[in-house]
Amino acid sequence: MPDLTDRQAEYLRQHRRHHHLVSLCRFLVFAGFLALWEISADLEWIDAFIFSSPSQVLQTILEMGGNHTLFRHTGITLYETLLSFALVILASFLTATLLWFSSSLSEILEPWLVILNSLPKSALAPLLIVWLGANMRTIIIAGMSVAVFGSIISMYTAFRTTDEEEIKLIYTLGGSRLQVLRCVVFPSNIPAVISILKVNIGLCLVGVIIGEFLAAREGLGYLIIYSSQVFKLDYLIAALIILCVIAFCLYQAIQKLEHHIRKSRKF
Amino acid sequence: MDALMQVSHVSYSYHTLSGETMALSDITFSVGEGEFLAVVGPSGCGKSTLLSLLSGLMEPEQGSVEFCSGPEETRTQIGYMLQKDHLFEWRTVYRNVILGLEIQNRMSPENLAHVEQLLEEYGLSSFKSARPSELSGGMRQRAALIRTLALDPQLLLLDEPFSALDYQTRLNVCDDVYRIIQKEKKTAVLVTHDLSEAISMADRVLILSSRPASVKKTVSIHFAQPGLTPMQRRQAPEFKDYFNEIWKELNSHA
Repeated sequence: MPDLTDRQAEYLRQHRRHHHLVSLCRFLVFAGFLALWEISADLEWIDAFIFSSPSQVLQTILEMGGNHTLFRHTGITLYETLLSFALVILASFLTATLLWFSSSLSEILEPWLVILNSLPKSALAPLLIVWLGANMRTIIIAGMSVAVFGSIISMYTAFRTTDEEEIKLIYTLGGSRLQVLRCVVFPSNIPAVISILKVNIGLCLVGVIIGEFLAAREGLGYLIIYSSQVFKLDYLIAALIILCVIAFCLYQAIQKLEHHIRKSRKF
Repeated sequence: MDALMQVSHVSYSYHTLSGETMALSDITFSVGEGEFLAVVGPSGCGKSTLLSLLSGLMEPEQGSVEFCSGPEETRTQIGYMLQKDHLFEWRTVYRNVILGLEIQNRMSPENLAHVEQLLEEYGLSSFKSARPSELSGGMRQRAALIRTLALDPQLLLLDEPFSALDYQTRLNVCDDVYRIIQKEKKTAVLVTHDLSEAISMADRVLILSSRPASVKKTVSIHFAQPGLTPMQRRQAPEFKDYFNEIWKELNSHA
């Protein structure tokens, strides 16, 4: 490493200091919240039966971890979310490609997609249960239904707004429409597709939880509904925390993927 | 000089719901084999439309564009250089340059060797595995030209290929591109609104009127001293006479 000038070293030091300060404050916000919650429950400022407390939640998580119920519920929710996410991406990728190929088809389908996308999807879940039964397939489809229409619309929009001149380049080189798709439309839209993935992984989780509320015997959504009905608030809050962790991990996984792709493509 | 391309009575209009806009009106000219033809005209007069017709990307509504080198498929014999280089950042320089060969499924050892030779000759061989963003503006334009030349076209169409560059780079790239085109013995049609650029490169300048474009006049460019580069032409005594002649013609509303 070359020698740094004093000013550069000073700049780097300040940058690091700021970074550490931000990390510390983030942690303090979290710790302060937990401490306040615990103290309020201990001193009976709030009713610990309804509001639970960090120590009780921790105990519950350890207990459920010990008898594996936690892993089972988490695993099932995770499995359903990932499966519906994969199907959403596959379906929207294929549909967006088809719409890109046929502008007439996209013109015909556009209003229907917009309507389906604006529909509150949680309203569909009861219908899905009647049609498909209370099983995992229903929950996966509920998860898909939340994300798929928006995902198709945004992916198609991304494909359609590909630089016209870059498309023209392929034609000037004697390329076909299929080659335009392969050489320009797909590769130039990878960043857009990744941001669509980021939005949709969260939406699939929402859909799966809605499905589990209504049609499951297992999963975190079921755990939440069950524990609210029997007033086991420790369970409910434990499930919420696990959900936070899942959402965070899924997002991070896609972030990692993005980072990896950026590095290998260097843009 | 044999004609390589014959354009006869070509007209073209754009259609929208609000009406019809005539872009080209009864255009006739020919491009000789080995000739460097420049087409100048006011901005928005339909110059790019003309190139799209020449390249076969669009069909003329009236008249005909004939490529006079036999019945083979014409599209592959015409190279088209766009205003921007459009090198893809997700490909290396080398994979950008062979894009045309890849698309036409012509990655034969001879063609790839030709690309190697072009890269070597025009100073890009050490940047083969670099990304386009690592190249300077001039190098990018050379890479774009090599991408076009890799297909070994008989006719090169240049659509204001220097307009996206800053002035200094532009003069240098102009020299570079001219040298490469001369060396590879290509026929070229350059479309530009920059008169100096047209005079400094072309053997003949075609002047178009404002929209709808028609051919106003054709000016043959002759310099007393042969073999001048575009930069040297700019300093030659004949340069300013041609400039004035074409300038007057462009501005006359007869």
